[in-house]
Amino acid sequence: MEIIKEEIPALTGKSETPAVRCIGVRKYFRAVHAVDGIDLEVRTGECFGLLGPNGAGKTTLVEVMEGLTRADEGIVEILGYRWGSRDDRAFRDRIAVQLQETELADKLTVEETLRLFRSFFTRGHTVDEVIKLGELEEKRNERVHKLSGGTKQRLALACALVSNPELLFLDEPTTGLDPQARARVWAVVEDFKLGGGTVMLTTHYMEEATRLCNRVAIMDHGRFLAIGTPGELIASLNGREIIEFRVLGELDQELLAGLPGVKAVERKNESYSLKVLSIDVTLHALLNAVDKSHARIDRLLTRQATLEDVFMSMTGGRLTDE
Amino acid sequence: MNDKIRTPLFELTLARILESIREPEMLFWVFVFPILLAVALGIAFREKPTDKQRIAIEESVDAAEISKLLSVREDIQAIVLDPAEAGEQLRKGKVDLIISADQNIGQKQEGLLQSSLLFTYDETRSNSKSARLVSQDAIERGLGRKDIIRIRENKVETPGSRYIDFLIPGLIGMNLMGSGMWGVGFAVVYARTRKLLKRLAATPMRRSHYLIGFMLSRMIFLIPEVAMLVVLGWIIFRVRVLGSIPDLIIVSVLGSLTFAGLGLIVAARTKTIEGASGWMNFIMMPMYILSGSFFSYERFPEFAIPFIRALPLTALNDALRAIMNDGRPLYSIWLELAVMSIWLLLTFIVSLKIFKWQ
Repeated sequence: MEIIKEEIPALTGKSETPAVRCIGVRKYFRAVHAVDGIDLEVRTGECFGLLGPNGAGKTTLVEVMEGLTRADEGIVEILGYRWGSRDDRAFRDRIAVQLQETELADKLTVEETLRLFRSFFTRGHTVDEVIKLGELEEKRNERVHKLSGGTKQRLALACALVSNPELLFLDEPTTGLDPQARARVWAVVEDFKLGGGTVMLTTHYMEEATRLCNRVAIMDHGRFLAIGTPGELIASLNGREIIEFRVLGELDQELLAGLPGVKAVERKNESYSLKVLSIDVTLHALLNAVDKSHARIDRLLTRQATLEDVFMSMTGGRLTDE
Repeated sequence: MNDKIRTPLFELTLARILESIREPEMLFWVFVFPILLAVALGIAFREKPTDKQRIAIEESVDAAEISKLLSVREDIQAIVLDPAEAGEQLRKGKVDLIISADQNIGQKQEGLLQSSLLFTYDETRSNSKSARLVSQDAIERGLGRKDIIRIRENKVETPGSRYIDFLIPGLIGMNLMGSGMWGVGFAVVYARTRKLLKRLAATPMRRSHYLIGFMLSRMIFLIPEVAMLVVLGWIIFRVRVLGSIPDLIIVSVLGSLTFAGLGLIVAARTKTIEGASGWMNFIMMPMYILSGSFFSYERFPEFAIPFIRALPLTALNDALRAIMNDGRPLYSIWLELAVMSIWLLLTFIVSLKIFKWQ
């Protein structure tokens, strides 16, 4: 009975069907376990973020979902549909894909490119509408190779939005863009979300994930290390406030660990980072302790923990490679 | 703004055409280069009022007399040289024949009639052979030989028999090969390296439409490509199309598709531009040489001819020449058309099977 309950929504309509459902998905490239047992359910209307460093397997997982790569094992359902039948092509009408680093035809203009992409779909926006959605009005007749990186990304996004998809896959949509260009891409994605669209996003920018995503999964070595809302993940940290400082002179690391409210101590040369329950409590004790020893604090910074701290505490590595 | 949504096939073909005409290099190689080649070769091999025979006469007492006898004929250019120099020039091909006179020692009378002549020449050189005949004729006539039969001459110039007549169809064939293979193969590999193929594969686009779009855009480019060489060939060199223009178009279309198919198969799996260039050259190079674009493949050994004729460029060149130079009808070149059709079918089917979108 349990099984039947699960199957029915997938057949009857989209209201209850998850936008994405993965069960035990694996994809190996020879010895490399690019995707190593992923379970995931993304609801309609949600923006889900896959976070992880380069090589974590994000792109492979997304390509499996997009039907561009076959999984070796497991079940993948997109809007209730499983890849691998004659209907694959027709099903693509309902989803849209922006690949990492696709370069569109250099010699075509923005409008010509969008017209071409629009012609592939049986549904969607008019070319004029999608030009507006991508904020491309001024670049309409510009050839692709003359566009800036940010405009190119917005065009790539517009090519994906042209069919007014139910589910939008974005693979690192703002990598390499300056902050301003990044914000313009985000604005386009937010518009799409407001319209009720579901987004599956990969990124290694924390800011992007925090701003756009309802839920995120932290991925490394082909597995999910954690999954939840950004707030939940941060809350799961043992100590969600952080004190960072530099010390001139000698300071006993044991002493730091013994301060009230300190959950973890990290040291890099003279720089220390304390994960604490409450900045208020620990800061006071820290300053007193430093005073008593023969050391001096050079720079001190307190902040709330971020997703990056979550990732670091889980892997011991850094989230970005920049 | 016109916001009508047109068919994917139309948009794909249009995109191909726009991309091609916005590529200045492509315009040069397809339209300017063949013209330059035709003009250069046409001038280099233009029909001159037959070459003069260049003859060296070795220094001797008779040299002056021989020279005088030869000078009667306008098609002979004779010079007197010392034996070493004459031998050297024969070797270099600057003269076609050396004439040396041996004065027979012990003869009382002087003069050429008492001498015997030694003709030194390379039998494998056709110029040398004719130099030998022409100079013997001139010398004997000069010394009083009478013709025993009266020969009248009827000098004609058969249309379609000049080198340039042979060359223009060859250039058309070569051009269709180059633009077909590069135009399709290169563009596909380029799109693959830029992950554009993968992006397209993620849309509901019919994959066959993408490939057919290439074919259709080739059909459109083919018209100016062929027309340009035919028209300029006529304007500059008076090269005429003796056969029918529709036949010429049919052969060009088939040839063009055949090479688009070859381009496609090269591009079906190749991942890099360098790899594609290598394969293209590997396939085209032998055909440049073997398929009779610049000179007749009949010069190759007999056992090789059937293989050469099975090459697509040979079939296209032969078909084009049959129509342009010989004015033959389409059915007479069924074999060439069949060869091209087989290549087209094989390459297209195999390409579709092995084509990689990622």
